Amino acid sequence: MQLFQWIADIPTLVMNNYPILLQGLWLTVRITFTAIVVGIIWGTFLALMRLSNNKILNSFAKIYVTTFRSIPLLLVLMWFYFALPQMIKHLFHLGPDADIGTSCAIIAFTLFEAAYYSEIIRAGINAVSKGQYHAASALGMTRSQSMRLIILPQAFRAMVPLLLTQGIILFQDTALVSTIGLVDLLGAAVKRIGENIGSTAEYSMIIFVAITYFIICFGTPRLIRKISYFKKG
Amino acid sequence: MNKKTKLTKLVLSLAMLGLMSGTAVAEELSGTLAKIKDSGVIVVGHRESSIPFSYYNEKQEVVGYSQDYSNLIVDAVKKELNMPDLKVKYLPVTSKTRIQLLNNHTYDFECGSTTNNLERQKVVDFSDTIFIVGTRFLVKTDSNINSINDLKGKNVVTTAGTTSEVRLNQINNRDGLKIRIIAPTDHGNAFKSLETGRASAFLMDDALLAGERSRAINPAEWKIIGEPLSYESYGCMLRKGDTQFKQLIDKTIANAQTSGKALESYNRWFTQPVPPSGVNLELEISPKMVELFANPNDKALD
Amino acid sequence: MTFNWTLFFQSTPYGDGIYFNWLLNSAMLTLSLAATAWIIAFILGSIVGIMRTVDSKILNRLAIGYIELFRNIPLFVQMFIWYTIMPLFLTGSFKEWFIQELDPDIQTFILVSIALGLFTSARIAEQVRTGIQTLPIGQRYAATALGLSKFQTYRYILLPNAYRKIVPTLTSEMTNIIKNSSIASQFGGLRELVGLITSMNDQTNSIIEILCVITITYMIINYSVITIMRFVEKKTRLPNMMSGG
Repeated sequence: MQLFQWIADIPTLVMNNYPILLQGLWLTVRITFTAIVVGIIWGTFLALMRLSNNKILNSFAKIYVTTFRSIPLLLVLMWFYFALPQMIKHLFHLGPDADIGTSCAIIAFTLFEAAYYSEIIRAGINAVSKGQYHAASALGMTRSQSMRLIILPQAFRAMVPLLLTQGIILFQDTALVSTIGLVDLLGAAVKRIGENIGSTAEYSMIIFVAITYFIICFGTPRLIRKISYFKKG
Repeated sequence: MNKKTKLTKLVLSLAMLGLMSGTAVAEELSGTLAKIKDSGVIVVGHRESSIPFSYYNEKQEVVGYSQDYSNLIVDAVKKELNMPDLKVKYLPVTSKTRIQLLNNHTYDFECGSTTNNLERQKVVDFSDTIFIVGTRFLVKTDSNINSINDLKGKNVVTTAGTTSEVRLNQINNRDGLKIRIIAPTDHGNAFKSLETGRASAFLMDDALLAGERSRAINPAEWKIIGEPLSYESYGCMLRKGDTQFKQLIDKTIANAQTSGKALESYNRWFTQPVPPSGVNLELEISPKMVELFANPNDKALD
Repeated sequence: MTFNWTLFFQSTPYGDGIYFNWLLNSAMLTLSLAATAWIIAFILGSIVGIMRTVDSKILNRLAIGYIELFRNIPLFVQMFIWYTIMPLFLTGSFKEWFIQELDPDIQTFILVSIALGLFTSARIAEQVRTGIQTLPIGQRYAATALGLSKFQTYRYILLPNAYRKIVPTLTSEMTNIIKNSSIASQFGGLRELVGLITSMNDQTNSIIEILCVITITYMIINYSVITIMRFVEKKTRLPNMMSGG
């Protein structure tokens, strides 16, 4: 069957082209990592704004989160890549030889994912019982102290599984950056190797990418669970 | 936009500063050349799969007939600005992104397979013509399709964002041919649609069709047919109104064409085996191209 | 920089009306893609979700395998597989009909909706499972005591209650499926809302205006779905189950 032939071709294709595949995977990892770290930080701020009594901060966060959550990621990517690259260049003082495509993608992902993270974090904060606030204020803590020292640590501990799931979704979403010409794992495999070699190489590379993503997305949560289990043990 | 004028002023004054401090620049630099001088970087747009014009070879380097011009232009810029160590960055573009990314200053110029026409001249400028193609159909060798009229009611594929797409839609609506049009984002995908039987024909510039055929599972299975629906001239694309840069590019291209360098490059890419598959496209030079090389010009053909 | 806000009322270069027609067509395409995929996702998701809750190791395993498979591969890659590879496995006259006779837009539509439907079904399965498993266990016992069969228990007791419970999460899956349908723009030149952006920009070179209009269109669609589903939620809510969620 043809399918087996395509699968059988994968090792040779990968061996012959591994530098570009590694380069692609590295870009995928870089975007994921930055968007998770900065997205959670910015998402926490957004969640706190949503919960604050300040009307301006509150409605800013609300509009921000609603907007980003109602449009597709692909549209956000297009906004940043087609309409805003010059703005980003000036805003972030990027040098003339900066990789504008990658910067746009990282910023788009971070801002987009922060909206999703902020909703997870807000729910997490709300789930911490009201009694804790009262207890904290009875101890003489200020609002920000009780948030920082009592509420957030508990909320985050409870949210870890959800944040991890969102991280996996984000990792999968990064496959979309190949649509703006970046060479991530998918772009390297399918566009650079598959389409360029032509013939049936594209089929082999699509299957290769599917298997790679599956292994990483299926394995990472289990690996993390195992590590944290040993640490606790 | 206000910010933009401020910026241009800034760039201009920086360029002036460069002038006053006695750098070897004869004429006051403007537009893209000023930007390149100022930043020390030139960003060159190229295609990923326009065989044999601009695409990646198996070493992931950008090569092709248009890329040869592109390299000459970069050399000319280095010489003009007296910057032998100018940093060169390459940016892959597609039919759908090339105009937008040029105009939002993501890259500085592109030599690929971009048709110079009046519609596009409203938003960008084109250099002297580097190639002349006819838009034709690629079909199965054993099919009895000989012209667009044999395609009534059939599926035809063409690449999105190309002049072929616009023209096919126009003819289809005008003559009521009921052709069903598939328009993937790049030539590679478009050819795959033909190869897998999704489409009965692939409408595109004939040289590109020859390039795509070279990547087929079995190249002999495909033939290029029909009178060209139109002739089109490819030019390098640069931002609108940038006369200084255009002059430099035009001069470079004209020199290459009259000196025989362009013909050499033509023979390399169209009459000898090309990467990645090592297939020879076997396209002898057309009379239109011979005439172009004798009289370089930047005329659009529509 | 000048903006051209009347752009959508100008005529297209293809000789088929004004750009606003394109926008309406694209919005309809986005909605039909999402609706078709939703039907697939809801049916398969329910079946797999129920399989996760029955007392059969084999069915359980199968369901888990299904969910993990479709959840751990990016939707974009899954669409590649369905659009590029799957049609090659069709055979005989059906293949000929599907690939050559069928309108290419419909062909693409079918393939990407299947991909989107299967991807989403894995997520719906998890929610249906949660919905069933978080029902008070007493409901199962009561049904058994009343002499209901397994099938009847699911049909009349567990599923109706579980679905009611998960309306809010289903709503968010619904908005997700609309957003995710945008990835279809990358296949076969399908001109749904995101696909419209680049094809319109080629002709008009007014990217900011186009992006604004498309963004607003998505926000309107999203808001409408949420409003309608809130109404559904209110209508179907069981008063005594409020605290359970």
